[in-house]
Amino acid sequence: MNDISGGNYTTADGRKIGSTLMEMKNITLRFGGVIAIKDISFDIHEGEIRAIIGPNGAGKSSMLNVVSGFYNPQEGEVWFRGSKRPPMKPYQVAQQGIARTFQNIALFEGMSVLDNVMTGRLTHMKAGLLSQMIWKGKAEKEETENRELVEKIIDFLEIQAIRKTPVGRLPYGLKKRVELARALAAEPKLLLLDEPMAGMNVEEKEDMSRFILDVNDEFGTTIALIEHDMGVVMDLSDRVVVMDYGKKIGDGTPDEVRNNQEVIDAYLGVAHD
Amino acid sequence: MPEQFLFAIEVTLNGLMAGVLYALVALGFVLIFKASGIFNYAQGVMALFAALTLVGIMDGQVPFSHLINAIFGTEIHHFGWHVPALLAIILTACVMVLFAWLVQRYIFRHLVNQEPIILFMATIGLAYFLEGVGDLMWGSDIKKLDVGLPQGINEWIDETTFNAFGYGFFIDNLDISATIVAIVLVAALIMFSQYTKQGRALRAVADDHQAALSVGISLNFIWVLVWSIAGFVALVAGIMWGAKSGVQFSLSLIALKALPVLMLGGFTSIPGAIVGGLIIGVGEKLFEFLVGPMIGGATENWFAYVLALIFLVFRPQGLFGEKIIERV
Repeated sequence: MNDISGGNYTTADGRKIGSTLMEMKNITLRFGGVIAIKDISFDIHEGEIRAIIGPNGAGKSSMLNVVSGFYNPQEGEVWFRGSKRPPMKPYQVAQQGIARTFQNIALFEGMSVLDNVMTGRLTHMKAGLLSQMIWKGKAEKEETENRELVEKIIDFLEIQAIRKTPVGRLPYGLKKRVELARALAAEPKLLLLDEPMAGMNVEEKEDMSRFILDVNDEFGTTIALIEHDMGVVMDLSDRVVVMDYGKKIGDGTPDEVRNNQEVIDAYLGVAHD
Repeated sequence: MPEQFLFAIEVTLNGLMAGVLYALVALGFVLIFKASGIFNYAQGVMALFAALTLVGIMDGQVPFSHLINAIFGTEIHHFGWHVPALLAIILTACVMVLFAWLVQRYIFRHLVNQEPIILFMATIGLAYFLEGVGDLMWGSDIKKLDVGLPQGINEWIDETTFNAFGYGFFIDNLDISATIVAIVLVAALIMFSQYTKQGRALRAVADDHQAALSVGISLNFIWVLVWSIAGFVALVAGIMWGAKSGVQFSLSLIALKALPVLMLGGFTSIPGAIVGGLIIGVGEKLFEFLVGPMIGGATENWFAYVLALIFLVFRPQGLFGEKIIERV
């Protein structure tokens, strides 16, 4: 396992990493005259935890928004599951099996935790309108299955106690966990986490790290996450992309990245002040 | 029982029936406001337009006949057929869905993320545009709408109450059917929004756009859907008002009566729209009955607004609205 950049290997802790699930080819994203992302390419393998790190304003969130369809890049190609993806709306990307969480949390504040997580199942509901309204036939069966899966996820993330609580009343750390639960409920092929540990205290960060690792281990979910906390990322991820000023300045295992001079400069601030 | 008291009960019952119609119009407002944050000033005109279209289709009227005749010098007014009520209602519902799609595609899609006041202005424009189109399409004369609902005094209630109290209540059959239709409609709406995938998606969009997108909901689809439902609700309201007092352009003024209803019930609550409508309906009829004679009558014109004003002072979010608490 010297060269892991091609995928198809087994990690030290025994997880199987498959071939390329998603590939970004020469992505450039501009807002008017501002270049947010400049000619970046990287890939994500099936089953791995892939991190995108970089200082503030490096273009990490923009990159994630390109992957999830919230932005469409001016140049470059997005390849997902072996085929080139045409420009898409965010909801179409979600229907393709890419779920995400947000840096500033986007939950349905007025709904209970359970209802929030259930919305993650929307793309999997196929029963007809009438069948759903009278609660018979296909709809009933579907609803039962969805509920089972959702309850399993709720158990898994240890939020049983707040199942019926309206999300608006929850503290920040729990909201982040509910958001993760909703994304997981979609049984995504690729899970995108935008700063899952931002604004958390040490204990909450440890919990969240454990959940991310467990999700990847238990469900085999491929995860791409953004963080600017270096320490956390290095412990979590299999491979790391480092961005600075919209450019890719490093890509590789945590160890490789840690020893990359450009990365050190970016983080220690040589280039900034 | 004293005559006066029985009379008051009869007035209350009639007020409830009138309130149902207010509630129907208010319901259309709430649906759109909840899902898209747009206060749809055109809801009343939509009811008028739906009723006009329904009458036009039933009578086999040629749309834009005045315009066509003026341009081509022809004399066509009618296709010469009559469409049965049920089929005409279905066709009109289709027209309202088409209208919803057009509104979404050509107006509100270009106004996403604009200030609420701009969206509101757009709906005012839409209201007057639609009123003009309605006039041009179907003509401005008062039309009779008869979809086969029973009309006139309900004999059974009249007789029963007469035998029991010595005074027969006057309840219009049309009001009774309006109430039943409204109950069925509201029940269907609640079932739709609570149990179906689209209903869940609708509630999700009402709550948070970004989150809705991330779970695979198309905002555009939901907005077209909600305008279609509001259009259908407008159609039902239009049928009821039209059957009661003829399809005329003053129908669009009901929209203004829905405002106090919404202030009372809260802009985001379906039960609020219904309860608000009933309170206004009963309130204005009772007030006219009890206080009206003392101050020269015609209180129905302003009572609802004064009541709403008083409500605004004490409970600005309405009876069922969400209390707005900003965390600092």
